[in-house]
Formats: sequence, C-alpha cells, structure tokens
Amino acid sequence: MKSCLVVDDSSVVRKVARKILEDMEYIVDEAEDGQEAYDKCKHEMPDAILLDWNMPIKSGLEFLKDLRGFVGGDKPKVVFCTTENDVGHIAMALKAGANEYIMKPFDREILESKFERLWS
Amino acid sequence: MKEENNFLISKFVQNHSGIVLGSSKSYLIETRLTPIAEQFGFKDVDELAYGLGSAASDLKNAVIDAMTTNESFFFRDNIPFEAFEKIMLPELIATARKTNNKIRIWCAAASTGQEPYSLAMILLANKRLWSGINIEIIGTDLSDLSLERAKIGRYTQFEVQRGLPVQMLVEHFKQEGTAWFISDEIKNMVKFSKSNLLEPFGLLGKMDIVFCRNVLIYFDTETKAKVVKSVYDILRLDGYLVLGGAETLLGISDLMERAEGYRGLYRSAGAKNNLTALSA
Repeated sequence: MKSCLVVDDSSVVRKVARKILEDMEYIVDEAEDGQEAYDKCKHEMPDAILLDWNMPIKSGLEFLKDLRGFVGGDKPKVVFCTTENDVGHIAMALKAGANEYIMKPFDREILESKFERLWS
Repeated sequence: MKEENNFLISKFVQNHSGIVLGSSKSYLIETRLTPIAEQFGFKDVDELAYGLGSAASDLKNAVIDAMTTNESFFFRDNIPFEAFEKIMLPELIATARKTNNKIRIWCAAASTGQEPYSLAMILLANKRLWSGINIEIIGTDLSDLSLERAKIGRYTQFEVQRGLPVQMLVEHFKQEGTAWFISDEIKNMVKFSKSNLLEPFGLLGKMDIVFCRNVLIYFDTETKAKVVKSVYDILRLDGYLVLGGAETLLGISDLMERAEGYRGLYRSAGAKNNLTALSA
C-alpha cells in the first residue's frame, strides 16, 4: 500500500481528502501546515503528498522547494490542491517540482483521476 | 410522467438515434426534458410527448440533444490512449510510409470534443515520428449542441481536471477567468461534423482507426451489428476499431476480432494476412 501525506490547514479538506484516499487504499497521514509536513517528511518520506498552497507558518510552495532540496525529497509525487487557480500559479508549482495540480473546488472523481495517473 | 408518454419519447429517441432508453429511464427522460418542455412553451413533458410527432425540427433536435448527450472527459480511461500512442500509431505510421502517407482517425461519438482533442495532443507530442504523413482526425456526433461546444473548445475548470495531465493543460490551453480554451494548434488538427450512426457514413471515406467507445452499449443487438458492419466497411483492412474497455463484439459480429494490447481493441478478421503481405 502507498502512503500519502495530506497537508492543508482546513480540517474539512483534510477529512474529505483522507476519506477518498483511504477508499483508494492509501495509508493517510495529515499535517496542518508546511512546517509540520516538512518535519513529518524528514522522519518518514511518504509516496505522495496532497498539498495546499496558502497555509500559516510555511506555505505549500516554500515546503515543496525545501522538500525537493532535501535528501530523498525527490521521491514523493506532489499534487497541489489549492484555490490558486490561475495558470501563473500552476506554472510556478510545476517549476518547483509539483507532479500534478488540483484546482479547488474539486470532487472525488478529479482527485481519483489525478492520483490514479501518478503511477502510470 | 404517464407511462404511454415515456414509451412515445423512448420510441422517438430510438428511431432517431438508435439509443434504447427502456422503461427504467423515465426519471432521466423527465429530468432532461423538463427544461426543453419549458423552453418550447409546453406545460410539462407529457404535453411535449404529445406534440413531438408533428413538431418542428428544432424541437426534435433539442430532444435528441438532451437525451443523447453523454459526459466526456480528456484521456478517458487512459489505456486506449496509451494503446493509440504505443501500438496503433507506430504501426500505422510504418504502413502509411509504405503506402499513401495518410492516416485517418474517426471519433464516432465525439461529444464535446475531449476524445479527438486528446488524440491531437498525443500526436503533437510525437510530431517528429509522423513528419511527412498527413494525419486527419474527424470527430462526429449526433448532437448539434455538443458539436458546437467541441468546435469552440471551451471547457470548465472541472472538465479540464478530469483526466487531463496538468502539464498538457498548461501547454495546450488558454485561461480566461474560470474557462479554459484549447489552443488553435490543437483545434486545427480536428474537423467536426454531424453524423448519425444509424445512417450510412461511407461518405466519410476510408479510416485507419475508429474510436467508438461506450456507444454500442446504448443500442439493441440488431443495431449494434448494423453499426459494426458499417464501421467494418469503412475501416482499412489493417485498421483498428476501439471500443470501451467493457464492450465486446462477442455474439454481435464476427467481422472483427480482438487485437492484442487493450481489451477494447479490434481489427478486421483478415487483418493478419494483410499485415504479413505488407511486411514481406
């Protein structure tokens, strides 16, 4: 089974994403901001990360840049999931090393299709 | 809605599109046709059903549109597109180089355009492989509304997220507010026109690949066999028919047989001999 870290300051988003990912047989862990996510990744690197952009303490983009510079940080597939829905933000995320991008609001079908294709 | 009217509408839809709705679809009929009834000044769907036989063509088209429009998304099911890129395309390019330098692809139920545009994106990514070959993609559908949307190439945020890799979104789409427009480069690779699978489609000319996914499931056995025979007639001997992953021609037609590589991939029963002759 693959593991996924859900990083979002909204407990509702974390709960919804956890349910969908667990239905897809992921082992899910959660973090409330970029700093907590970074600490968790240093301890154990997940296979995938679902990542919000705007969060207190450390943003999703800052976290991603730090992660990709960290030993073993190139391993997780990172899927941004954010209300930053313009093409400029998407390009910035891809440049920083994101593998996929979900624009909020999202539904189960979108999340599932993005995660199914991560490994194909 | 009265049962007799459910029957009248189902029969009308079947006669014009081949799609068998069945009695369990009365909810679907009522949901989809209530806005049409209001738009054309009928009290409700029952009243619309009475007037349908003698109705003008715009009402008939609106009913067909509403009852036959199906959801579509980019790279739907993914595997057929992988099979297109890795199996069909290299083989057909090799054949085209030995014959007429042409490859013709038909999406027989193109809906709002996601399927043919997905193929165009794959082709563009592999452009150097087919340099010197003329590749045509033709998308047809029964629904005027769907075709209109396909030609415009405008998609919602939800539509561009279902199946479309974000790298392709950035590369091939232009954002305007919450809408995403497909690039002219991709749009110009696909031609759209109206076509009813129940009517002769030989005028489209010979095809190398026919995508007809998740269409036959809506037809009765007799109509399925008729459509497969018509597709067989316009398909080149070494061409491919692509059905949905859950669809089969078992018990419907023996003109085509399953090909290796993807569950819904079919070729003409005589294709192997022709391929041997070509590679000789």
